[in-house]
Amino acid sequence: MRKHRLPAFFLFLTLIISASFFVSCQRTDSGKDTARIGREYNVTEIKGEERAVLTEPPFVPPPITRDYATKVIVELEILEEEMEIADGVDYVFWTFGGTVPGSFIRIREGDYVEFHLKNHPDNKLPHNIDLHAVTGQGGGAEATYVAPGYEAVFNFTALNPGLFVYHCATAPVGMHIANGMYGLILVEPKEGLPKVDKEYYVMQGDFYTEGGYGESGLQAFDMNKAIREQPDYVVFNGRVGALTGEDALKARAGETVRLFVGNGGPNLVSSFHVIGEVFDNVYMEGGSVKNHDIQTTLIPAGGSAITEFKVEIPGNFILVDHSIFRAFNKGALGILAVDGDENKLIYSGKSEPGIYQPSAEAARTRKKKKTAEASEMSPEQQLALGEKLFQVNCVACHLADGKGVEGVFPPVANSDYIAKNPEKAIDAVVNGLTGELTVNGIKYNSVMPRQALTDAETAAVLNFVYKNLNKSDTQVTTEQVKKIRK
Amino acid sequence: MRYPIAVILTGMLLLLPAALYPQARGGSDNSMALIPAGNFLPLYSGNTRADVGAFLIDRLPVTNADFSRFVADNPQWSKKAVKRIFADEAYLRHWNDDGSFPPEIAGSAVVNVSWFAAQKYCECQGKRLPTTAEWERAAGAGKTMEDGSKEPGFYSLILDLISKPTPARLPEAGTTLKNYFGVWDMHGVIWEWTYDFNSALSTGESRGNSSLDNALFCGGGSLQSGDIGNYAAFLRYAMRSSLKASNVTKSLGFRCVKDAPAGKK
Repeated sequence: MRKHRLPAFFLFLTLIISASFFVSCQRTDSGKDTARIGREYNVTEIKGEERAVLTEPPFVPPPITRDYATKVIVELEILEEEMEIADGVDYVFWTFGGTVPGSFIRIREGDYVEFHLKNHPDNKLPHNIDLHAVTGQGGGAEATYVAPGYEAVFNFTALNPGLFVYHCATAPVGMHIANGMYGLILVEPKEGLPKVDKEYYVMQGDFYTEGGYGESGLQAFDMNKAIREQPDYVVFNGRVGALTGEDALKARAGETVRLFVGNGGPNLVSSFHVIGEVFDNVYMEGGSVKNHDIQTTLIPAGGSAITEFKVEIPGNFILVDHSIFRAFNKGALGILAVDGDENKLIYSGKSEPGIYQPSAEAARTRKKKKTAEASEMSPEQQLALGEKLFQVNCVACHLADGKGVEGVFPPVANSDYIAKNPEKAIDAVVNGLTGELTVNGIKYNSVMPRQALTDAETAAVLNFVYKNLNKSDTQVTTEQVKKIRK
Repeated sequence: MRYPIAVILTGMLLLLPAALYPQARGGSDNSMALIPAGNFLPLYSGNTRADVGAFLIDRLPVTNADFSRFVADNPQWSKKAVKRIFADEAYLRHWNDDGSFPPEIAGSAVVNVSWFAAQKYCECQGKRLPTTAEWERAAGAGKTMEDGSKEPGFYSLILDLISKPTPARLPEAGTTLKNYFGVWDMHGVIWEWTYDFNSALSTGESRGNSSLDNALFCGGGSLQSGDIGNYAAFLRYAMRSSLKASNVTKSLGFRCVKDAPAGKK
């Protein structure tokens, strides 16, 4: 008898343990829960019915306080409309809800959703929606394919919690997405998200226009640029400056902030970063695993991330795609404006401003004996040296063609400033140049540090600039340079 | 064997002065253009060109004025009397209930018409709706070349036109783009019904390419299409496949065709 009882007892014990483990999984510890394959759903749990509150970016519907699943009715309207993508630049956007990105949808894990997609009669094209939160054919794309002036309805149960992208999936899919047809749907986990003071909705997208960045007027979609994946615009929330000035995201020092960040693509992956902040938490790729103390988080096209942080001190914190030319040349830049009291211990601000100019002596010591005297070189050798020096010392600001950046770095090619006055050109190279000046009729006000070049090198680089970039016969000699060097 | 004929015909076309050709020979009037037998590259067929026999096509889309004459002769197709199974509620929504409409749109393409209405209209003219192949063949011509895909800038031009929202008032028919065959307004003003509008595609999921009929999927198209650069064609096929025959939309009209008279090929 003993032989039989013992195994039975252990079996019983095992059952109890595994059952309690199962319950704890569902209720509290989502960390362990994520290891399980397949998600719980329970139709009998669904109680009542409600209409989803949709919000325009950068706003987010209020957190869900229900502790049960319900039937949620979502109504989303598709609108094709002309809007500004930058000041003075218009673009025909195709949108979910009249904005880019589309309306933010917030539901709870286990909710049963009745989704209505309405294609406005004024629209020209058929559309549909693929919600990455949906488990089923096309994420709903097949069920929602709808001509202008019609409405499609389908239902789904939200099995997985997370922050999901939705987008249009009508052919040509890339073009529908490139024109702005994407947004985010948050499926809150059953236990909810921790309470924060501010929640915002930010979504990146890349745009391809026939004219270059900033070219005004109505700009058409450029299919070839899209295929080559070379956007003119990379922006947050559908527009250059959507999150700056009046429209900056706002918070007070000491508040906790949660950003729901998506990336609609169609092509680029985002290196999302907030200048001057460290993300305390990042729900990586919008899923359930939290990472901590993150500087930059990678957001795939058609993916998302939730970032959480406390803004400790006032200031303008700048949202960027840290693939940084996109931020400064294509528009991927937003501002989180934080007001409130300073905390000098965390950040002092600028203590003592000044310009750093290393002494000419030190500069020359570093470069000593590197170059032969100009007098020993043939004009060809001198020109070749000048070109090399130009590449190393000048192109970072004045660019390879010497044309500079209008309003920031003055041109050295075909430049009236240089042509008129070799002494001033020499002076700028050997002594540096600070303050306002006018070149070719445009005002500049910046700092050029003195260049660590010998007299012969200075003469060589300037002669290259005169001959090759200004078509001028002006000759700068080592003696002239020596005289002007302070 | 069918290629030599097409090649010869194409060669002949190139030799004929543009002024002489193509003039419509649809009876005495000049309202139809002859599209000679030829071929085109359907979006969904890999690299196989499809042959299309000669046919005559309306140079202009059917206008509000044209359609109102048809309704006057066939009151069962009036806004009030039309059977719901033949046309949805928004049928001729831009007209007044008594069948009148603002005079300034008399010459613009009629829209908000169902496939049934369009087909009936053509039938009453002794014509029919074009097949998708015929329509695409006629629309594939560029401004100066029979094969628009070879004309620089043609694809991006029509994509630009198509991408723009439908204006509040459609332009007068015959004022936008005239193509090589002398057919007007094929791109960018309205979509047009075709006889077999829903045969090329069977699903709204444009990316599947694993099912049996994947050659028919539009965006299987991205893998199946012989011409993935032809985004305007993707948009047209997508539009057609989203429709049912009773549907009407603000940017959907039609024009008619008929077989080429004997001897015209």
